[in-house]
Amino acid sequence: MIRVDEKGFYGKFGGAYIPEMLHPNIEELRENWESIVASPEFQNEFQLLLRDFVGRPTPLYFASRLSEKHGAKIYLKREDLCHTGAHKVNNTVGQIILAKKLGKKRIIAETGAGQHGVATATVCALMGMDCTVYMGELDIQRQRPNVERMKILGAKVVPATSGSKTLKDATNEAMRAWINDPVGTHYIIGSVVGPHPYPEMVARFQSVISEEIKWQMMEKEGRENPDLVIACVGGGSNAAGAFYHFYNTPEVRLVAAEAGGLGVNSGKSAATTALGTPGILHGSKTILMQTEDGQVVEPHSISAGLDYPGIGPVHAHLFDIGRAEFVAVEDEDAMKAGIELSRLEGIIPAIETAHAIHALNMIEYSKNDVIVINLSGRGDKDLDTYIKWGGY
Amino acid sequence: MNRINYLFNTKKERVLSIYFTAGFPKLEDTLPVMEAIQAGGADIIEIGVPYSDPIADGPTIQDSNLIALENGMSLKKLFEQLVGFRAKIHLPVVLMGYLNPIMQYGMEAFCKKCKEVGIDGLILPDLPMQQYLDEFKELFEEYGLFNIFLISPQTSEKRIREIDQNSNGFIYMVSSHSITGAKTGITEEQIAYFERVEAMNLKNPRLIGFGISDAETFTTASQYSNGAIIGSAFIKKIKDSQNLSQDIQDYLKGVKA
Ligand SMILES: Cc1ncc(COP(=O)(O)O)c(C=O)c1O
Repeated sequence: MIRVDEKGFYGKFGGAYIPEMLHPNIEELRENWESIVASPEFQNEFQLLLRDFVGRPTPLYFASRLSEKHGAKIYLKREDLCHTGAHKVNNTVGQIILAKKLGKKRIIAETGAGQHGVATATVCALMGMDCTVYMGELDIQRQRPNVERMKILGAKVVPATSGSKTLKDATNEAMRAWINDPVGTHYIIGSVVGPHPYPEMVARFQSVISEEIKWQMMEKEGRENPDLVIACVGGGSNAAGAFYHFYNTPEVRLVAAEAGGLGVNSGKSAATTALGTPGILHGSKTILMQTEDGQVVEPHSISAGLDYPGIGPVHAHLFDIGRAEFVAVEDEDAMKAGIELSRLEGIIPAIETAHAIHALNMIEYSKNDVIVINLSGRGDKDLDTYIKWGGY
Repeated sequence: MNRINYLFNTKKERVLSIYFTAGFPKLEDTLPVMEAIQAGGADIIEIGVPYSDPIADGPTIQDSNLIALENGMSLKKLFEQLVGFRAKIHLPVVLMGYLNPIMQYGMEAFCKKCKEVGIDGLILPDLPMQQYLDEFKELFEEYGLFNIFLISPQTSEKRIREIDQNSNGFIYMVSSHSITGAKTGITEEQIAYFERVEAMNLKNPRLIGFGISDAETFTTASQYSNGAIIGSAFIKKIKDSQNLSQDIQDYLKGVKA
């Protein structure tokens, strides 16, 4: 059985390794989140917003030309059609309602690609809450449109200037900000990372993805289970959502596409499971890229959303027990896959998502297999990167 | 007897603990800085083990961590530097560091080395009490290492009592909602918190840290506890020092005045 235990562990990974200063906040969440989320008031508001604000259910789209090209029956789970352009908003809608029920007045968040920042700024505008988003200085440069979107929505964007100036550092800054201002503040973490209960809570909010896949598969294929589910993994929230209701169905193969960067052995990569070892990052025990001395290594990916040296503890567990297959997709291959999807299906994917598309070339499957690729986001935010790359 | 207990048995007031980062400002400054802290009349030395992602630390200590790492500091290197330090240093010495580098070194190997070189206690800011009890308590005790817990203004009375029960040596009172070096000075709200904890009559001594920088803040903190810890302010003093030993001793004289 793959599920989180009492203490927040998935097998060897998880837990809550946090400074004492955050204990009251984490404890408050741990004690209350499940009962709040299970309550009818929460569910009514959550379901209504998912439908009318986010635009769910998102389609499960049969990609005929992509299928023909790759020789399998390929469906795309269209999270790119969510309001704000990616799956991230499923989680922020859930967490903002939770924060409100906990009486919080102020929201902080970290962001890499800016999708989670935009999704957070969006729900904060919706609920009239004060919003501060921490974002690596490098990411601020490469995801300019999202920075402006956050500002239009009324959020304050604070640059993280330490370390690699990317997602890891933005997360550090958000945690420090929470320590500095814990009372009345809720931290909306954007992926299945961080101290327990965040990884499970975020996965639960994202699990609507696989919940829908199951009934949509039934409608289209007359069965609930695809043969494969493929998703990209930065921290792993879209993958956790797409895998969630298949964790314990071993006949469904789970494929996680990590960012290979310039190549796994190039020294410029974010392929966590290929390069990482067990350790503690951002409050949980997981697999992370680090030196022999336990210093966290600065990752590289062309996609800001995958540019993270760790993965969520649930993915570390899936890797550890061999439940999911992990592939490392290099920058160049991801960019080409992004163009391929654009030309074959008329969908320009986020560069994160393009990694999942290229995974089709790295795994074995048969012609009759039904494959669901989680199309985690659209490429509008990445136009600058596509243009700079230029290979189209 | 553990040197920390010995200290608090003989001195109950104005105990001064100084934090610095190992291998900072220069790689080989670790021991000279320790000697100067001792010569300057401090009571406890806290050696910070540098880490790439210190989430409880503000810019000053982040910066000293980064410089120390660039200098080539690591746990392995630190233990090499600490071999034989007890010939010169009689003060209690505490290592402060984040869990990940210690995990990679190996928890048991780390504890063994600490005992071998003469470390008295550990402050591991990302090791919560429950995880300590579940995973590390036995090991620390086997090697005679005191685990020092933090409390903050948000820590409930119930939890402070639990922490007191499970503490050895002293309790580290974080003076405000903050990371290190973020706030300076002491407000009335903080004093109310100091008084609240003082009235609890805990079995362990208490040192107040975060935001202590000079004679005034040291004296104020000491009125409500057994003493105080200085970190960021000390790091700032030594960062560009041309004469470490003299500057450290002058600074400590000023703080204790
Ligand atoms: C479109 C898209 N996909 C994937 C990710 C990676 O995050 P996760 O692994 O949590 O799904 C991001 C992150 O910003 C994203 O914007």
